[in-house]
Amino acid sequence: MIPELGHFALVIALTLALAQAILPLAGAATNRATLMGTARTLATGQFVFVAGAFAALVASFMANDFSVVNVATNSNSRLPGPYRFAASWGSHEGSMLLWTLMLAGWTFAVALFSRHLPERMVARVIGVMGLVSAGFLLFMLLTSNPFARLLPAAADGRDLNPLLQDPGMVIHPPMLYMGYVGFSVAFAFAIAALLEGRLDAAWARWSRPWTTAAWSFLTVGIMLGSWWAYYELGWGGWWFWDPVENASFMPWLAGTALIHSLAVTEKRGTFRSWTVLLAITAFSLSLVGTFLVRSGVLTSVHAFATDPARGIFILGFLVLVIGGSLALFAWRAPRVGLGGGFSPVSRESLLLANNVLLAVALAAVMLGTLYPLFLDALDAGKISVGPPYFEAVFAPLMAPAIFLMAVGPVASWKRAELPALWTRLKWAFAVAVAAGLILPFAFGRWSPLVAFGLLLAAWVIAASVVQVRARIALAPQSGLSARIAAQPAHWYGMVIAHLGIAIFIIGVTLVKGYETERDIRMAPGEKTVIGGYEFTFTGTKDVTGPNYLATQGQFEVRREGDIRIVRSMHPEKRVYQASGQTMTEADIDTGFTGDLYVSLGEPVGDGAWGVRVYHKPFVDWIWGGCLMMALGGILAIADKRYRSRMASHAKLDAALAPSKA
Amino acid sequence: MKPRTKRAAWIMAGIAALGVAVALVLNAFQSNLVFFFTPTQVAANEAPRDRAFRIGGLVEAGSLARDSDALTVRFKVTDTARTIPVVYTGILPDLFKEGKGVVAQGKLGPDGVFRASEILAKHDENYMPPAAADALKKAGHPMDKGAFAGQKTEKKS
Repeated sequence: MIPELGHFALVIALTLALAQAILPLAGAATNRATLMGTARTLATGQFVFVAGAFAALVASFMANDFSVVNVATNSNSRLPGPYRFAASWGSHEGSMLLWTLMLAGWTFAVALFSRHLPERMVARVIGVMGLVSAGFLLFMLLTSNPFARLLPAAADGRDLNPLLQDPGMVIHPPMLYMGYVGFSVAFAFAIAALLEGRLDAAWARWSRPWTTAAWSFLTVGIMLGSWWAYYELGWGGWWFWDPVENASFMPWLAGTALIHSLAVTEKRGTFRSWTVLLAITAFSLSLVGTFLVRSGVLTSVHAFATDPARGIFILGFLVLVIGGSLALFAWRAPRVGLGGGFSPVSRESLLLANNVLLAVALAAVMLGTLYPLFLDALDAGKISVGPPYFEAVFAPLMAPAIFLMAVGPVASWKRAELPALWTRLKWAFAVAVAAGLILPFAFGRWSPLVAFGLLLAAWVIAASVVQVRARIALAPQSGLSARIAAQPAHWYGMVIAHLGIAIFIIGVTLVKGYETERDIRMAPGEKTVIGGYEFTFTGTKDVTGPNYLATQGQFEVRREGDIRIVRSMHPEKRVYQASGQTMTEADIDTGFTGDLYVSLGEPVGDGAWGVRVYHKPFVDWIWGGCLMMALGGILAIADKRYRSRMASHAKLDAALAPSKA
Repeated sequence: MKPRTKRAAWIMAGIAALGVAVALVLNAFQSNLVFFFTPTQVAANEAPRDRAFRIGGLVEAGSLARDSDALTVRFKVTDTARTIPVVYTGILPDLFKEGKGVVAQGKLGPDGVFRASEILAKHDENYMPPAAADALKKAGHPMDKGAFAGQKTEKKS
């Protein structure tokens, strides 16, 4: 009964989404307030019904209802509760429902927090989001029903993929989807601006917090995915340039360019068309990413051939959304206008350079990700593009972007003078060069790549210090704490996000430069020394988990030359009973200056095992840096200038009131 | 310089920089493409001798042998028509099994042994590397789902 209620709720949500798409947009086009006024109510209704459908799916999973195909395929009666909950979005169908729930949630949030926006803008934004939502609901109901029944019901489920039975996997997809779907708000704002034919600083100010929120979620989502891959895949890498990862990274690159471009549009009223184009791109890439990962096209492009309805629907939907919005852009962008001019040396130029570099990097990642798929789809041969390509391309493109990133906040808008910039930043530059020359010796070995990485990180940090000092020194308030408190939250957000990049670079540089990875054969009693630690393998024992049996390796870790055990480590090799699938569970000793990582390979005879013993210096700084970036984003949103200021908004309302020319 | 010429110069510089970037990207792309060959193609000398490539097929049942002192394994990859001997040193992924699909990346030695530098691990046991499935199909092997767990089949009610 519950699954049928869920299915029915989806059908109602679809009708509401269609109404939400048509009525407010028609109202905005014909300037009818009653029609425009329906937007918020319909968005709320749609949210309620999608949430109801989602709750029904979760209930089916929690109740082990194996008469639902989705549950029977992705869960098991012995699966622990939290994973049964997470299994709700473990399948293609469930993840589509989660996506739609997020979209309905963002739309509901727009409906709640847009009291101060002009009615016509709100109607269009909510209408566009309704269109997207209708597409997804239709897709689910026609091709991917999460509530489809299985007759006769299965006795027990086939279990959730063991790789996904992990706390990281419980929160990674919702975070990632919050980011993907969050860009739909920026997208809807962009489409609304194109329809309106005007795009100004006020518009940019409305879109900015939404875009930054989505970007922060996406950053955390990608970070969780990377962290999960590191400890769960059992081979200690944190980024593989796998198409699945690239699918989430491409919208992130577009989103990063977008939040910077939006800043220029708000402050200087320029970059307008480019900002709109980026908003369309970021959301289009989110759609492409969702479908790439979730449709099975990466497993095999011919998956479409086995289920043509799904493939054709997806392609049609993508063509409609991306093609339609680009056509609208081509038609309306000239009306949006270009905005004010600026000199070649100015903050605008630096941000433009940053945007161009991000766009080129995005194109390079896209080429490496999609080209093999195209070739395969055309039956023109099978190729793969591995990490060497992405590394060869990405680092040289990002290095200048990061170098300029440190200069940007110091440069003035409109026109900056190179000599003045040099005067302000020469000490920062000296510190950076010194760091690059000297610091690598502190880690044992100097190499050009490590030196360059540390130089870039030190440059960002030192330039941030210069900028913070100058800004606080110039503040009119008396007293240091008053001056610090007087600075706006969005500015602190930017500084922290940029420092996050520096922390991230330090992590990547040191782990690439000084990591030790050893895959060896170890018999009980054997030792190996790595990164200043001595690992002794003392044997294995069998342990039983809730739904798996495991062989647990026993390792004693000592500092080299010391007899005291500083830690014992217990990596596991698990066999999950329902699926019979084998899984490697690494044991990781996490530390501020690096991780010790042990995982079991396979038994190689005589009680000996193939073992991975890794030392990963500063690897956690990679994810710490990502968290700082996201935290910077959150601080930026918290800025009080985004919050309701009725007086000034009333003025904006007046300025933007529907003016029939 | 007049503002106009100055702006033109900046734009030219920008385009030149972009051109260099695109050239670098395409060059890196060209030199890092990894092509895929089936055992039959390798046997017919179609695969390059000096460049890394991928092979795929089934791990022939009973072909897996392990050197006793280290982590070196030897096995044969077959597309049911031809087989290629493979040697690999390192830890095999969890999903590596005799009789199951596999994709290996490496170089072909002068002795005709494929020296794998990487054995591809994938996330799902029902997953057949598409390249491996393709190799079998090209060799005219009936798609026997049982033998290699098939490609993930979508269940419908």
